[in-house]
This record gives sequence, structure tokens and C-alpha cells, in this order.
Amino acid sequence: MKQVLEGSHAVSEAVRLARVQVVSAYPITPQTHIVEAISEFCSDGTMDARFICVESEHSAMAAVIGASNAGVRAFTATSSHGLALMHELLHWASGARLPIVMAEVNRALAPGWNIWTDQTDSLAQRDTGWIQLYCEDGQEVLDTTLEAFRLAEAVNLPVMVVLDAFFLSHTFEPVDVPDQDTVDRFLPPFDPRFRLDTKNPCAFGPITGPDRYMEIRRDIQAAMDRAPEVLAAVEQEFFSLFGRRYGAVDAFLCDDAEVILVVSGTAAATCRQAVGDLRKTGERVGMLKIRLFRPFPATEIRAILPKAPKVAVVDRNVSFGAGGIFAQEVKAALALHKGNTAVYSYIAGLGGRDITTATFQEIYLTTKDTPTPPAESVWVGLAQEERA
Amino acid sequence: MRPLQVPEEEYLRRGHVGCAGCGAVIAMRFALKALGPDTVVVIPACCWGVIAGAYPQSSLDVPILHAAFATAGATASGVRAALDMRGEPDTTVMAWAGDGGTFDIGLQSLSGAVERDEDILYVCYDNEAYMNTGVQRSSSTPYGTRTTTTPREGWKRTRKKNIMETLAAHRIAYAATASIAYPEDMIRKFRKARDLKGHARFLHVFASCPTGWGVPSELTVKLARLAVRTNVFPLYEVENGVSYTLNTEGDLPVRAYLSPQGRFRHLSPEDIQDIQRMVDEDWRLLRAKAQGPPQRARLMA
Repeated sequence: MKQVLEGSHAVSEAVRLARVQVVSAYPITPQTHIVEAISEFCSDGTMDARFICVESEHSAMAAVIGASNAGVRAFTATSSHGLALMHELLHWASGARLPIVMAEVNRALAPGWNIWTDQTDSLAQRDTGWIQLYCEDGQEVLDTTLEAFRLAEAVNLPVMVVLDAFFLSHTFEPVDVPDQDTVDRFLPPFDPRFRLDTKNPCAFGPITGPDRYMEIRRDIQAAMDRAPEVLAAVEQEFFSLFGRRYGAVDAFLCDDAEVILVVSGTAAATCRQAVGDLRKTGERVGMLKIRLFRPFPATEIRAILPKAPKVAVVDRNVSFGAGGIFAQEVKAALALHKGNTAVYSYIAGLGGRDITTATFQEIYLTTKDTPTPPAESVWVGLAQEERA
Repeated sequence: MRPLQVPEEEYLRRGHVGCAGCGAVIAMRFALKALGPDTVVVIPACCWGVIAGAYPQSSLDVPILHAAFATAGATASGVRAALDMRGEPDTTVMAWAGDGGTFDIGLQSLSGAVERDEDILYVCYDNEAYMNTGVQRSSSTPYGTRTTTTPREGWKRTRKKNIMETLAAHRIAYAATASIAYPEDMIRKFRKARDLKGHARFLHVFASCPTGWGVPSELTVKLARLAVRTNVFPLYEVENGVSYTLNTEGDLPVRAYLSPQGRFRHLSPEDIQDIQRMVDEDWRLLRAKAQGPPQRARLMA
């Protein structure tokens, strides 16, 4: 049934439909609407779950780790500083092979305090062993959250569903909320092979020396390697039940493009518009939206980007000293390819600054008119320096 | 002399990797004898994270969840919630943390769990320093102690944090001190805590550490007893944060407890007098809260 839902509440509805049994969270703007709604569901009995109101994000992740180890479906949500505080436990969740799902609302890190969107928080967690999926709109948020549980439980890795602060978390859109019976068919009850069980006592996470540790890490990598294939199968089933699919990446008008703009998150919606506008004026431009960031969909990217001589990666994030993070990953993915595609890196929209269709037009024209890519990322939309 | 009334069942296996004379191993042995097999143990980073055994082995016959250092209270809360949702509400969830994981890095998550009145039993086995990492001071390390981070003339000149009062201030349903030198008292308290279902419960267990304290391993139990008999570690219970019951009253000067230990060997007679004054002051405060004489009937000295 179509409802007008905030992006945050698209997450909450999916968590209820997924029959999550334990939720633990600590409030941080702009994640709060997600967990407030879940609290209401638990309170009014429309969701049969325990909500643990912990005293920090570190404890929130610890609590869902405990819950998942004990064999129930578990969920949390956070943002920015909360995610940073969780960092230690993010490694723990993946190392313990727990299929925890977390909604992460992209928000800038202080100082100065900034509650607006910026991807550096989640991308700084790229080496923690979490699958990461970046969403474009409210429907995709709901659908991705449901898919995340299936994916997580199939490969025994945690999944982060990432959505932009405010542009998505606080924006109301029509969202098709599926009925419970169909979701139940898509997502059966969680039944892990191993769990804390006093009838079958096992030790989870004990000391693991140099003779064993490396193989266990290799298993995590192998699970990551399987994730794209599993995601494709999960999406196929999702499509057959709900009629929607998103892919690891989404190529838009790329086949004949001279320049492909590479984007993620809500910027993809703006970019679609900009590409359509430019096409009307005869420009051969396309867009590649990257939805799956970990594992990085290098194979899919290698199948699309080399069609164009130039690629412009637009990053709403920065790794200081290295530049835009998606751009680094795209360059690495293309490094093994024999083509001559040039990768241009742009940084835009940090700390909630708007990325508009005009921003994309500027990036497109700059890329078109610059024969070879600069060595460093180009910062777009900076204010002119004030004169002293 | 009558024999100790301690359950025969063993849930701690041979082959654990504790040091010779480890008080924390004795503590776990008695704890599980009291609690029985329907128990899940959550262990953050601490000596017991090692003692429990390396993958793929375990020295306990109950499930263990190893947890990150600061998270015992929160991880145990998550386990509790999940077991309740799975229809296993009777299983005891015991967080089992050292003094570092309780007094220091884990204090926040413990405080959160107690404030939420989680249905868990939190046990701190206290060996009064970071023993697992090589005897660094914690906020549980008592005044006068030399550790590797309070060495030589930089011995610790601040008092041990009073964790029991911290918990009492949370108005926790049940908090008690226990000692490996008084197994019957300890087992009684673990069972009382286990049976107080539905509430947060806290046990502070004194666990001597020959390795960190500079004493021969055969003195483990004797030192634990001396700590009680000198009022350095009084045995008592607090219900709802306000109702105090004293189980012991010391009859020896602190010198008897301090002098066998290498960690206190540098102390002058004046330093020891200072410690005696602190112990006497703490004891008076405790007596005042208990508003009555100790109830010693259950103890064997």
C-alpha cells in the first residue's frame, strides 16, 4: 500500500516488517526518527521486539552483538559521531560473522558541529567488514532494508543501509509498503547454525592465535566475495515478489556517453535530472550510480565505465591526503582494465552543501573541457575567499 | 571442624590457562557451582578472556560470549533480551569482568545496564590492577600499591574507587561483596543473586593475584581471608541501595594483610598507619549504614 513516508520511517517500517526481535540504539540527529518510530511500534504492540535504550552507540552495537549471538534478528541505527564511536564494535560484528543490519544516516563529523549530510562517516568504516548499500530515495530505503536482512543472513556478515541526512532521512515521499505476508515469504525467521545455547555450550570469540586467525579472516573475505552474487539472487526474488530491483550499480544512458558521472546517494536523483537536461542539448553524458560500496562492485564497474573515454566521480566525502573515496575505488577497479578511460575526481556537497543540477553541469563541462585529469581531486562549489 | 558445604558439580575443566594460584579461577569455579549449567557467561577483555582457553577449546561447560573490553554490561543486556525473545527467560546471564572492565573502561556500560535494571548478574572479580596486561594500575588499585605504571616512589597515592557505593547509588536490587576465602558465603550470595530474577544484580568478588601482588601462589586464599579479617575487604550485602547487612567484622590490623605482599613492601610504618586510618574510616562509614552489628553466623573464619 502506498503511503507518504519520511525516509527515516521507510527504515522503521522495513524493520517492523522484517520481524526484528531486538533493537538497541542511542539517539543522534538525524537518526532519531528511525528509532522513535520503532519505539512506538514496540510500545503499541505492532512489533514484537525488545528495544534496549542504551547509554551510548558503543553499547548499542554491543547489545545487538549480544542479541545476534544469542540467535535473534537484531537492528540498530546511528549516524556520524555515533558510528565513529561504534568503530571497535563494527569490527567485532563482522569478525563474529553476525548478520546485524544497521541504518546509517550520512552526517558530517565535527568540529565544527554539523548535522547535515556527508558520506565521510560511513566511508571511514569501509575496512570494518560491513557490507554497505547507499540509497537514492525512500522506496529504495525500505526495499534495501528488507534485502539487507536476507543478504546478511545468507553470507553471515553485517549490512549497513546508508541514507543521506535530511535529503532522504527527513524527506516525505510516496512509498509502497508491502504487506506482511509477502514479506514473510521473502524473509523467513532467523535460524542461525550457532548461537548461545546452554544445551550446547560453545565459546564464541576466544583467543585465536597466529595459527588460526588468518584463515578466519580469509573466510570473511570469501563471504564478501560471495555477496554480489547473493545480492543479485536476493534482488531477483525481491523483484518477483515486489516488482522492484536496484542492482549493485545503476547505469543511466551510459552506452554512448563521452562522459559518465559517477554518483551515490540522493545526489543520484539530482544527477539523473542533470543528465536528462544535458542530453536534451545534445551532450553525450551518462550516469553510473554506485549502490553497493562494500564489497566494491569492480566487475560491474569494469563492464560499464570503459565505454566512455572520461569518467567524473563526484564524492560527497573526502579522505584527507588522498581525495574522494569513491574516486579512489573506481580508479583501483579500472586499474586492471586495458582501456584508456580517464578518471576525474570531484569533491562536492560536504557538510550538507547543496549539489544541484547546475553543479553536475559544471562538473560535466569541466571534465569535457579538461584534456587530462588533474592529479588531485577538484573541489567544486567552494565559496570565493573573502578579502582581508 | 565441619567440612565445607560446597556443591560437588564442576563446570570448570582442567586445562584452563590461569596462573598458578589464580584467585579468579577459584572465583569462577565457585560461581558456577552456585549458578549451575543454565548460565551464559559474557566475558570482556580481562584475565578470564585468556583463562577460558584458546580457540577451539573452552575450559567451561557453559556457553561463553567473549566481548569487547568496555561492553560487558551492554553485551549481557543484548543476550538477555534475545534469550527472553526466544522464550528462554530462566537462563542466567552473567557478565564476568575484571576490575579494569568494571571500575574503568566498562563503568559506563555497567551503569547503563543497572539503571535499566536489566535482568542480569554482573560479577566483578577484582584483582586490583590490569593483571592480564602486566600489572598496570586501575582505579581499583588501592592506596600504597606499586604497579608497573605506579612504580618505585611513584606508588599509588589515591584511594581505591568504591565500586559498591557506586552501585548502591544506582539503587540496584542486590549488591554484595564475596571472597574466595569464604566459599559458603560466596555460593549463598551467588544463589541469592541468581534467584532475584528480573533485576540487575552485582557481586564484587575479591580475587587475589599472586603474580601481580608479589606473593607465593600458596598464599592466594590466605590473603583473601586476611583482606576480610583486616576490614580491607569487608563482606556485606546491600539491597535496593539502602539496606546494608554486614557479614563480617575484622579482628586484625592491616599490617597483617599488607606485609606478606611484594606490592606493598616499600611502605613505611607511617604509610601503613595512613592505610589503617583509611580502612578504619571506611569501616565506620559502613557500620553506620548497616546500623547494627555484623551478622556473622553464616561465616567460617
